[in-house]
Amino acid sequence: MLRYILKRLLIMIATLWIIITVTFVLMISIPGSPFNSEGSSNATVQANLEKHYHLDEPYYIQYLLYLKSIVTLELGPSIKQPDQTVNDLLGRGFPISFELGILTIAVAVISGITLGIFAALRHNGVIDYVAMGLAVLGISVPNFILATLLIQKVAVDWDLLPVATWSSPAHMILPILALATGPMAIIARLTRSTMLEVLTQDYIKMARAKGLSPWKIIIKHALRNALMPIVTIMGTLLAGILTGTFVIEKIFAIPGMGKYFVESINQRDYPVIMGTTVFYSAFLIFMLFLVDIAYGILDPRIKVHKRGGE
Amino acid sequence: MKTAEEMNSTHSPTEIPDEWFTNKIKDTDTAESVSRPSLSYWQDAWRRLVKNKMAMLGLVFLILLAIMATIGPIVSPYAVNVQNLPEQYQSPSIEHWFGTDNAGRDVFTRTWYGARISLFVGLVAALIDVTIGIIWGGISGYKGGRTDTVMMRVIEILYGIPSLLVTILLLVVLGPSLLTIIIALTITGWVGMARIVRGQVMQIKNYEYVLASKSFGAKDSRIIRKNLLPNTMGPIIVQMTLSVPTAIFAEAFLSFIGLGIQAPFASWGVMANDALGAITSGYWWTLFFPAFFISFTMFAFNVLGDGLQDALDPKLRK
Amino acid sequence: MEKILEVENLHVTFSTYGGTVKAVRGVDFYLNKGETLAIVGESGCGKSVTSNAIMRLIPDPPGKITKGKIHFKGKDLTKFSEKKMRSIRGVDISMIFQDPMTALNPTLTIGTQLMEGLRDHHKISAQEAKKKALEMMNLVGIPNPEERLKQYPHQFSGGMRQRIVIAIALICEPELLIADEPTTALDVTIQAQILELFGKIQVVTGISIILITHDLGVVAKIADRIAVMYAGKIVETGTKRDIFYRPEHPYTKGLLHSVPRLDVKGELIPINGTPPDLFSPPEGCAFTARCPFAMEVCDKVYPQESELTGTHKVDCWLQDERAKRLIAAK
Repeated sequence: MLRYILKRLLIMIATLWIIITVTFVLMISIPGSPFNSEGSSNATVQANLEKHYHLDEPYYIQYLLYLKSIVTLELGPSIKQPDQTVNDLLGRGFPISFELGILTIAVAVISGITLGIFAALRHNGVIDYVAMGLAVLGISVPNFILATLLIQKVAVDWDLLPVATWSSPAHMILPILALATGPMAIIARLTRSTMLEVLTQDYIKMARAKGLSPWKIIIKHALRNALMPIVTIMGTLLAGILTGTFVIEKIFAIPGMGKYFVESINQRDYPVIMGTTVFYSAFLIFMLFLVDIAYGILDPRIKVHKRGGE
Repeated sequence: MKTAEEMNSTHSPTEIPDEWFTNKIKDTDTAESVSRPSLSYWQDAWRRLVKNKMAMLGLVFLILLAIMATIGPIVSPYAVNVQNLPEQYQSPSIEHWFGTDNAGRDVFTRTWYGARISLFVGLVAALIDVTIGIIWGGISGYKGGRTDTVMMRVIEILYGIPSLLVTILLLVVLGPSLLTIIIALTITGWVGMARIVRGQVMQIKNYEYVLASKSFGAKDSRIIRKNLLPNTMGPIIVQMTLSVPTAIFAEAFLSFIGLGIQAPFASWGVMANDALGAITSGYWWTLFFPAFFISFTMFAFNVLGDGLQDALDPKLRK
Repeated sequence: MEKILEVENLHVTFSTYGGTVKAVRGVDFYLNKGETLAIVGESGCGKSVTSNAIMRLIPDPPGKITKGKIHFKGKDLTKFSEKKMRSIRGVDISMIFQDPMTALNPTLTIGTQLMEGLRDHHKISAQEAKKKALEMMNLVGIPNPEERLKQYPHQFSGGMRQRIVIAIALICEPELLIADEPTTALDVTIQAQILELFGKIQVVTGISIILITHDLGVVAKIADRIAVMYAGKIVETGTKRDIFYRPEHPYTKGLLHSVPRLDVKGELIPINGTPPDLFSPPEGCAFTARCPFAMEVCDKVYPQESELTGTHKVDCWLQDERAKRLIAAK
C-alpha cells in the first residue's frame, strides 16, 4: 500500500511539474509581452509584475524563480486590478466555488447512485427506461444550456426560486441542479451497468443462498463492488464539475473563483489566468491522488497487484 | 408418474401400433444442425445495430445533420455573417424559418453553419485522437516490457492534466481559432484512446490464434495488421463515437466563456452565448435552435455509441 | 427411511427473446435423510436449474417454476413467500457453487462472509459467532483459522476457498446441502480432498446431500443413489450399484462408455450428436436423435416409467414387451 501511495505521489508531482512548465513556456511565448498590453500602463502594476516575474533576468533564472513562487504559493499579481494578487482573488472566490463544488458532488453522487441502483434492480422495467432516458438527456444537455433554461423557467416564468448571488440556500438550488445533472447522469449510467454485471456474480447468488435480505445483499455485497468503477471516474467528474463552475458562476452571477477566472479570460489578464490555472490544476491533481488512495482502500486486492493497464 | 406430454398425448401405450417398434429411424448426423446462418462479424454487428431503435434514431439524425450542414448554408438566401439591424429579433416566419438574432442575421443559416463547425471540430479531433492513440497504445501494448512501462508512465502523467484548463490556457495565448481549438482538444484527448488500445492489444496478443500465426513466422507488422487491429476495432469505434460529443461540448463551452471561434465563423456555442442576453426579453428562438442542436447532436452520438458498444461486443450475440 | 425432500413433477421455464426455454420438464425424485443423491447429466440438461429451483433461486423474470411441488420435511416450498423462503435458505437448506474463485466476495473478509448468515438468522453475539466460525474452519480443515478469518479471498488458493464456501454453507447447521459441481473447477488432487471432506462432514453432521455433477468419477466416490438427467427430464434413477452395473437407458450406457476406466478394456465410445433444442423439445424421447436403438415410437411418444426393481427406474421404450420381443428375435 505504501509503495502504491508513493508511486501515485511521484506521478502527481511529475504531472504538476509539466503543467507549471507548460504554463511558463506559454507565458514567455506570448507575442510581445503579456505584461504591457494596453490596459496595464499603470506604473504600480508594471512594478509589481517586474518584481514578481523578475523580467530583467534570463529565462532560466525566471523559470526557477517562477517554480519557487509556485511552491511558496505566491501566484502573482493582477494586471487589470492594481494591488490585487491572484491569492487575494482566490481567498475571496475559492471558498464559494468550493462550497458549490462540494454540494454538487454530494447531490450528483447520492442521486446518481440511487437512480442507478433502482434502474438495475428493475432492469428493462419502466423505472429503468425512465431513469436511463433522463440520464442520456442529462449527459447530452450542456450545463450552461440547462442553467439558462432553469433560470428562464423556474426563476423568471414561474418565479419559484431566486437567482444571482450566493446569499441563501434557496439561491443555491438552481446552480447546483444545473451543475450536478451531467455528473449525476454519468454516475447513474455507470452504477446501473456495473450493478447489472455484479448482480450476476456467483457471490451474489451465494449471498442469496445464505438467506440474507435483499437490501443487505445490495448494500453490503453488490454496491461496494459496483462503486469501484465510479471511484475511477471520479477524477474526470471532478474536473468536469470544476470547469463547470466557470460557466455556472458566470450565468448565476455567483462571486466565486470561476467568475473571476472567466472575467480574467475576457480581459486577457494573463497573470491571473496563469496563476489560477496552476492553482486549479494542482487542486485537481491532488483530488485525483486522493481518489487513487480511496480506490486502494476500497479494493483489498490492490495491495497485492496494482490496478492493471485498463 | 405422468409427465405433461404424456397426459396431452393422444396415444395411450396400448393404442401404439406395433410397426412403430420395427421401423428404425437411425440418423445421428441430423442431430447436429447449424442454428443460424453464419454471418461475418461486421454483418452480425450491423444486423444488431439496426435492431436498436435509439441508435438508429441517432444515426439518422446525424446523417440528416451532415446533409444540412453541407447544403444548408448554400440553399439559404442569407449570408451567415452579414448584419441587418432593421431585421433584428424577428420571430420564426416564412422568410426566416428559425427567426433572426440580435444583429438581424438569419438563425437558420447560422445553425447549419454552426453544424459544420461542430461536426468538423468533433470529427477532426476524434480522428487525431484515434491516430495517435492507436500508434501509442498499439506499440506500448504490443512491445510490452520496458517500452510499455515508459510509455505508460507518460500516459499516467498526462492523464492527470485537466484538459479543459490547458485548452483555455492555449487559447488565451495562441488566440482562438479553429486550428487552436483542435490542437488544444487533441493535446490530451488521445490519452484515453491510447489506454483503451493498449488494454485490448495486451489481451489479444496472448490469444492462441495470435501465438499460432507467430509460430508460423509471421512478421510483427503482419500480426498487427491482420490480427490485432481488426479485433481492437470495436472498442476503438465506440470510444471514437463517444469522443466526438466531448469535443462538441468543449467547443460550445469554450465559445460560451468567450474563447470561441471568431467571426466570420458561427458556432453553436457562440450563438448560444450571444443569445443569453436576449432570452429574458422573450427572443427564445435565438437560444433554442443552437441549444437544441448541441444537445441533440450529443444525444445522437451518445445513443449511437451505446448501440455500437452493444452491437460490437461478441459476448452479447444472441 | 424418512424422506427429507421430495420433488414432484417439477417444470421450470425461462422466457427469452428467442422464445420460452423449457429447461426442466417434469422432474420427480426424493432424498432420504442422511443420504447422498447425485444428479448426473451433460451441461444444459437442467440439473443446475433443478437445484436452484429447490432453493427458489431461479431469477424471476425470466425464469419461473410453472408446475410441480417441492416438499421439504413435508412442506411445499413452492408455496412459500420470499420472506419465509429466506428463513429456510442457509438455515435448513444450503448451497455450494461450482467456482470458488467467484463465489466469494472479493471486497469482504472471510470472517465477515462466514459469520453474516449466522448473525442474520440467529441473533447471537459477535463473540459466539466467531467461536462458531472457528469451529467450522477447523471442521473443513483450514489451518490458522484465527488469522485466516481476517483475510480476503484473494489470499487463499482455490481448494482453500472451496473449503471456506463449504464452511459458509454449513455454519447454520442445515439439514440439506445442495452442491452444484463442487469439484469441477478444482485440480484433480484437490478434488479428492474435497470429496473426502464431504464424506467426513456427512459422518459428523448426518446431513443429506444433493450432488449435481457431470463427472461420474465423483459420483462413484460419494453417491448413494443416482438420477440421470437428459434434456430436462430424469431418464433413469437407481442406486449407485444399479446405475454402474446394470444401466438400462441408452443414454446412461453412453455416459458410462465415454468415461475412461482402468478395470475394463476397450475403446471409449463418445455419444454422437448434441442435446436437443429446449425451445421446442421433441414430443417423444429427447434422446431419440442420438440413440443407437431408436425406433419410430421413440420419436412420437414419451415412454412411461418402467420399474425394474424397488430402487431402479427407467424411462425407455426398450423396456416395452414389443421391443424386447424384437430384440430377442434378432
